[in-house]
Amino acid sequence: MSKRIAVFGDKESIYGFAALGLDTYYYDSAQDNAAVFKKLCQSQSYSIIYITEAAAVVLEKEIEKYRSEPSPAIILIPGVSGNTGEGLSAVRLSVEKAVGSDIFND
Amino acid sequence: MAVKQVNPTRMELSRLKKKLNTATRGHKLLKDKRDELMRRFLEMVRENRALRMKVEEQIKAANANFVLAKSSMSDETLKAALLAPKQEVYVSTSYRNVMSVDIPVFDIETRTPDPNDIYSYGFAFTSADLDDAVKSLADILPDLIKLAEIEKSCQLMADEIEKTRRRVNALEHVMIPETQEQIRYITRKLDENERSTQTRLMKVKDMMLQQAHGY
Repeated sequence: MSKRIAVFGDKESIYGFAALGLDTYYYDSAQDNAAVFKKLCQSQSYSIIYITEAAAVVLEKEIEKYRSEPSPAIILIPGVSGNTGEGLSAVRLSVEKAVGSDIFND
Repeated sequence: MAVKQVNPTRMELSRLKKKLNTATRGHKLLKDKRDELMRRFLEMVRENRALRMKVEEQIKAANANFVLAKSSMSDETLKAALLAPKQEVYVSTSYRNVMSVDIPVFDIETRTPDPNDIYSYGFAFTSADLDDAVKSLADILPDLIKLAEIEKSCQLMADEIEKTRRRVNALEHVMIPETQEQIRYITRKLDENERSTQTRLMKVKDMMLQQAHGY
């Protein structure tokens, strides 16, 4: 079954992805971002959702829910404002969960 | 440790022995599963970290390109250029079973096979920087998909490892000692019964001898 890829984040960071044929959804402080994001996750039409680190910080709770679900895969990417290290800390979280402590401490 | 109340009968004893047997075997199997999962997980997570750093670096470069492209064009032109994408990306997901964890494998398909379809605009009104920017982003896409695949796998495996570890610990520190304790209790109780019957019989024998022969 073919699904699509969604990108969620602030306009500046992600508008380029539209050219590649990925669906872009803009983070906007005027709207209920959690609701928009939730809809994306539940729609079953996306198997991968990329989200900018800045937006991910706000939607942490929603993302957490889908960590152990097989689909969709929610992946953090750095935005235009720079790399906050949030994406790597998500990897670290997996390691801590599995091993008990972060063994890649560098 | 408070022992759960059990009936000190032979039937219960053999039931508990069977249970202990199963628990020990299960414990061994789960421990093996945990170790193997951990090995694969560590391999994968190392790859995950390396790939993430690479992708983040590439995205940073692509973002810089986009900023450059934007600086030489008006907002409207840029918006119009990217308004109607020609290309569409589809992902078909299959699952690979690794130690009972279904990890996803993503395959990307594009709507059209032409790699130039990422340029959804005429070249007349846009700057060449935009072409570069879009191209740089398109080059990242395969790595991005791979990252999604590996990172999701890591998350799922971490989850499974945690579950398996809990099960192993529950068996090792609760279930098995508890059953052993219950078995010991029943064995003692049965032995005690045995001894009390023995003494009672001896006592009765003494009494009968006394009655018959006046010992």
